[in-house]
Amino acid sequence: MSMKNIILAGALAAAVATPVLAQEPVKIGMITTLSGPAGYLGQDIRDGFQLAIDAEEGKLGGVPVELLVEDDNLKPGNGRQIADRFLNNEGVKLFTGIVFSNVAGATVPDIVDAGAFYISPNAAPSNFAGKECHENYFVVSWQNDSLHESAGQNATNLGFETAFVLAPNYQAGKDAISGFKRFFKGEIVGEVYTRLDQTDFAAEMAQIRDVAPDVVFQFHPGGLGIAFLRQYQQAGLLDMVPMVVAEPSMDAVILNAVGDAARGVNVSSHWNTDFENSANEAFVEAWKEAYDRPITYYASQGYDAARAIASALKATDGTLADADAFRDAMRQAAFESVRGEFSFGPNQHPVQNWFALKVVDGEDGKPTLETVGTVLENHGDAYAAECQL
Amino acid sequence: MTQSSSKFLISVCVMVALVALPFFADMLGQPALTSLATRVLIYGIAAASLNFVLGFGGMVSFGHAAFFGVGGYVVGILYQHYASGEPLFGFLPGTNQLLVTLPAAVLISGAVAAVIGALSLRTSGVQFIMITLAFAQMLFFFFVSLKAYGGDDGLIIRRANEVPGLNMRDKQTIYYVCLVAAIVFFALLSKLVNSRFGYVIAGLRQSEQRMAAIGLSAYRYKLVAFVISGMGAGLAGALMANFMRFASPDMLHWTKSGELMVMVILGGVGTVFGPLIGAGTFIVLESLLASWTENWQLGLGLILLFVVLYTQGGVQALLERVFGRRS
Amino acid sequence: MTLFLEQVLNGLQLGVMLFLMAAGLTLIFGIMGIINLAHGSIYMIGAYAGTYVAMETGVYYAGIPAALAAAALTGSAMEFLVVRRLYKRDHLDQVLATFALILISNQAITLLFGRQPLFIGMPEALNSSVELLPGLFYSSYRLAIIAMGLLVALGLYLVINRTRIGMLVRAGSTNRDMVRALGVDIRLLYTIVFGLGALLAGLAGFMAGPILAVQVGMGEQILITTFVVVVIGGVGSIRGAFFASLIIGVFDTMLRAYLPGLLRQVMAGSEADALGAGLSSMGIYLLMALVLLIRPKGLFPAHS
Repeated sequence: MSMKNIILAGALAAAVATPVLAQEPVKIGMITTLSGPAGYLGQDIRDGFQLAIDAEEGKLGGVPVELLVEDDNLKPGNGRQIADRFLNNEGVKLFTGIVFSNVAGATVPDIVDAGAFYISPNAAPSNFAGKECHENYFVVSWQNDSLHESAGQNATNLGFETAFVLAPNYQAGKDAISGFKRFFKGEIVGEVYTRLDQTDFAAEMAQIRDVAPDVVFQFHPGGLGIAFLRQYQQAGLLDMVPMVVAEPSMDAVILNAVGDAARGVNVSSHWNTDFENSANEAFVEAWKEAYDRPITYYASQGYDAARAIASALKATDGTLADADAFRDAMRQAAFESVRGEFSFGPNQHPVQNWFALKVVDGEDGKPTLETVGTVLENHGDAYAAECQL
Repeated sequence: MTQSSSKFLISVCVMVALVALPFFADMLGQPALTSLATRVLIYGIAAASLNFVLGFGGMVSFGHAAFFGVGGYVVGILYQHYASGEPLFGFLPGTNQLLVTLPAAVLISGAVAAVIGALSLRTSGVQFIMITLAFAQMLFFFFVSLKAYGGDDGLIIRRANEVPGLNMRDKQTIYYVCLVAAIVFFALLSKLVNSRFGYVIAGLRQSEQRMAAIGLSAYRYKLVAFVISGMGAGLAGALMANFMRFASPDMLHWTKSGELMVMVILGGVGTVFGPLIGAGTFIVLESLLASWTENWQLGLGLILLFVVLYTQGGVQALLERVFGRRS
Repeated sequence: MTLFLEQVLNGLQLGVMLFLMAAGLTLIFGIMGIINLAHGSIYMIGAYAGTYVAMETGVYYAGIPAALAAAALTGSAMEFLVVRRLYKRDHLDQVLATFALILISNQAITLLFGRQPLFIGMPEALNSSVELLPGLFYSSYRLAIIAMGLLVALGLYLVINRTRIGMLVRAGSTNRDMVRALGVDIRLLYTIVFGLGALLAGLAGFMAGPILAVQVGMGEQILITTFVVVVIGGVGSIRGAFFASLIIGVFDTMLRAYLPGLLRQVMAGSEADALGAGLSSMGIYLLMALVLLIRPKGLFPAHS
């Protein structure tokens, strides 16, 4: 207790420019998925976020913060219940953390209706980008469709003419395929919807071999992706048909788990570890120091969300009471993103560049992601026009 | 005589406590308690409905989440058509009136239960458990592929249903609406359990042959019980959709059926209010543990295990033994 | 034609994996009368233990004894500490207790191994394709799984039909009380059956390692399908479990492979794909419902 006071006092003395900091720490509510197969996504978002707080020794933008983290167990109902408790019992005014669109769908309306802010570090379903957009809702990651639009553009840029596309039969999977098609100029020669609980893709592999397309686009996040890529290699397809994917199908954990089976895969992403900007270098170094795990883009999004919040807290001296001032400060996006250039579009979703990455052999012989070019520049999303803010 | 009067006293105390709960919650600075209690009431209705077939009738349904989900989707789909102005199937207008959507949800989940029950009741025992699961899984995948209504992402209900004269945006109002629904539901349920019909259902659990011998058609009685149970679960689902302002396939997932079953067993099989206690225990434990630690599943698992191994007949039996000794 | 044959092989491979799970479950179900929801957890624990040891030692085959040992150990611990107390109880108590075991196992695995999935490659010797027929290449590892599954099935057949324990198992699945009345140490029989089931589940988990992702929750994914197999085959019947596994494996694979294509002949492409995916997800449940409506005790009831 006294130790904490000393640190607080020290911080106070140092912060001469903003003497109002004697206030209580700003509470940030993080609702995220920590259990089940997708638990590592939430874990990385949380740890990335925490890294930004640790870098300022318990502060964001010079304002002391308290991070409350809770597991939604990938259940929309739990997410909503946690939000309710944070809002009403803890008086939280600032939320972040949700990994999945269905949890966001149930939880975000409550948060913004209560006058609180939600800063998304990951999921960004299309309805919140378009008709249902809200002045207190910001997305720091990307709009869901952009991920796959960039993959479609990447496939077009690479000169492929026929594509075989696969995704699980659920909303995000269907969105992935329609996003890919929107930007892929060639012909779709096969379209297969797999099952969300499917672990064996042998039937699909046989179909791909039979059709022999120029390129395969697949969207299988997390454990599904690991199984898919391994079986792709085991079926001998890796050397026959090139693959393009968006980043959820090739995050660092998947890459680590599939190893050689990922070599040569084309990935489109908004961020990569090898980006050369000072913010990213600091982030990568801090992560390697703090954790003994590969850095995923989820971690980078958690970190960026924290930094975006930091910029707004700094501009408003940590007073969330004036919502208009905080909102205006958020809209400036006055922070250095680990991905380089970043700004918010009219619907408060990112406008950013998308990059082409390729899985190549790293210095230590292990496959690693290398940035090889740009796919899309200043890319916003298709729904901004429907949003009236 | 003393036992029945003390039971009456207890139920009066519980009623007063439930009515006063939102005020206490505000006083204690824990307004979220009201929402927690709302969830307990809703799951209590669903679990008690399941218990009617499971505990009283001996039909172990592993697919009750289907009716819960159908109830929720009826509210969601009617709201979506109300919001968009396009009639359902080209002629049915959507609505956001609770007094319309709630009965509609109850009727439609009853109809679904009639179809599923009519087929499932041709089997019994383990096969009945699995065939109800099978139908629930089919409906789950149906809603997952139903893109027009959100598919896997679910259906957002931007505003809760309206009741003339009530402000349904207020959480306490929703709590009281659910409380009224729960009181009506439990009153009807205990009447039903103690009626001739209820005795027949309980008799069928013990011996179908004996019931057949006195000239009763087991199949028809069981089917009616199954439909009633499905309607109760549908009511709970419709309330849940209003409370969450959201309906998703998650409501029909088999783990939800499992959770309902856990609530019933936890509270006490074959009792009217046991499932409500079970729902309360389960939900409060889940929320409390999750707010304390990331490893809440471990704690929940250990507590459930303890309840099974060391209490005979769930939390209600435990309470009765503990308090029974004192009085 | 080669595509069709390849799909049949894929179905068989899925089928034998299901059989390894279903054989144990159906015995535990049929003989002990226990609904063991935690069977999937044993599968997961076998996969984690085997994969971990194989990763650390760098030798794939070192994982096999590790997986078997961990699964058997967990299985006996579950039987001794929890399940044994529930034999005389209601089915529902067993459901609750084994549900609790799922929660505990999942969290314990997360605490031990973290949230990232584990990875293990195939053994060198099996990391290739074999040309079975001209133009028909098939993964040797998958062929090995099929062979292993068939061997286990044969072994089980011999044990059950030719040994004294097998005789008791057969008797137990037909009439439990009679076996008890004959003065057989029923506890020992139960422990053996539970241990055997756990062993097979552990083996299945480890063999799935190089193909699938070894991750928390992998057990629940296969558990429900396994229950479908057990019920279609007839509770307590190993023979039923065997045929039902192969039927479900092939049926499921064929639906996924051919249904969207068939539907595309009669309707627009994207609608056909969406409908086909939905229907193929429902397929095995539809099959189970149909089988139960026609033969309420399953295809090969143990009691007949």
